[in-house]
Amino acid sequence: MRKIKSETIINIIENLCAKTNFELPEDILKSLRQSVVLETGIAKDILEEIIENADIAKGEQFPLCQDTGTANFFVKLGQDVYIEDGNIYDAINEGVSLGYVSNYLRKSIVFDPLERKNTQSNTPANIYVDIVPGDKIEITFLPKGGGSENASALKMLVPSDGWKGVEEFVLGVINDKCVDACPPLVVGVGIGGDFASVGLLAKKALLRETVSKNKNDFYAGKEQELLTNINKLNIGPMGMGGKTTALAVFIETKPTHIASLPVAVSIQCHSCRRKMVII
Amino acid sequence: MKINLQDLVLNIKALKAGQKILFSGTIYTARDAAHKRIIDMLDCGKELPFDLKNAAIYYCGPTPVRPGAVIGACGPTTSSRMDIFTARILKGGVKILIGKGNRSDEVVDLIKLNNSAYLVATGGVAALISKTVQKAELIAFEDLGPEAIYKLEVKDMPLIVAIDSLGNNILKHS
Repeated sequence: MRKIKSETIINIIENLCAKTNFELPEDILKSLRQSVVLETGIAKDILEEIIENADIAKGEQFPLCQDTGTANFFVKLGQDVYIEDGNIYDAINEGVSLGYVSNYLRKSIVFDPLERKNTQSNTPANIYVDIVPGDKIEITFLPKGGGSENASALKMLVPSDGWKGVEEFVLGVINDKCVDACPPLVVGVGIGGDFASVGLLAKKALLRETVSKNKNDFYAGKEQELLTNINKLNIGPMGMGGKTTALAVFIETKPTHIASLPVAVSIQCHSCRRKMVII
Repeated sequence: MKINLQDLVLNIKALKAGQKILFSGTIYTARDAAHKRIIDMLDCGKELPFDLKNAAIYYCGPTPVRPGAVIGACGPTTSSRMDIFTARILKGGVKILIGKGNRSDEVVDLIKLNNSAYLVATGGVAALISKTVQKAELIAFEDLGPEAIYKLEVKDMPLIVAIDSLGNNILKHS
């Protein structure tokens, strides 16, 4: 059993909150740079602004976006880890509270969805824990803005709908809502599982790097096909037309019931901020 | 094209959807909660924190300001959430709406009717936009935190005319 102090986790999370909100991941930047050369006019100008913004934010260690997001954490907790003086949930929340306050990040969480009083700490975070073999903790942070989150959607299809039904649903969501979600997007698609798990599956898909390819050849093909069809919609950067509506599409699947075909689309804006640490 | 608020209001008919401008002048931040309060105050006949006549509203909730800085990160938020309030805001005399994303057909008609314009800033480029803010003053609703109303003086803020006073709209519709 490896002992890890709660304080160690808190300090790492505090720092992670800042870095993730200040630095756009390299793979996203690379995809943006590849898209700039394909565009002209307003679309090109917008992509250039996005890249310039990333340079400023990194250089000055300043937030990329004013919406510093809901704090989502995806944790792989080794079963041979013992957390001293606390637990993983309290440690992450404490780190978020410290990180958001000390780095002047925006606190965007309200206690009650209808009463809407701000918690002033950006907590509670959404913390998803998987217990895995080993004595390490892998934590990926995904601060996610409200505009793109509001464009996400879930539908319970039936088996006879098949791939055609999935594709129709995904393209429909993008067409209806994506202008408001700060395109170019990263699109996470979850297929299978059940009502509760398919949304998480779609959101976890957003953690993949834009250069990554689905391990399953069928779905790897479908990811490319969906990306091509999304980019044919001519929605473009910030919804003002262009070839770059999405930078990447990631599909994740899991087993499901004989009666069901759940599909979820998790929409991520171009400010696709994510960072992983291993403790 | 560089333009300030006064000239923009005077020559609003000259603005064309799709045009890029570098905007200077006073703008007031207001997003969901601040809009709700403004409407409630109008309903009760109370004096508003700023004069709506010929004003520019920016849908924005900045990050907290660091010591010594003018403002925090301050990009636009999604405008469509404010559609429901926009009839009253424009009736009050606001001429310029600044945000990101689409507006309802009703808002497009209202913009035409009120001889106003909807401008968009690029979402998610909040560090870049913060450079254009020269002065920021919290003027109302401090208890709302990021949703408080700030009076901003901006210089050469990069904007695009999305919906012009004739109702032309360059944003893609579903």
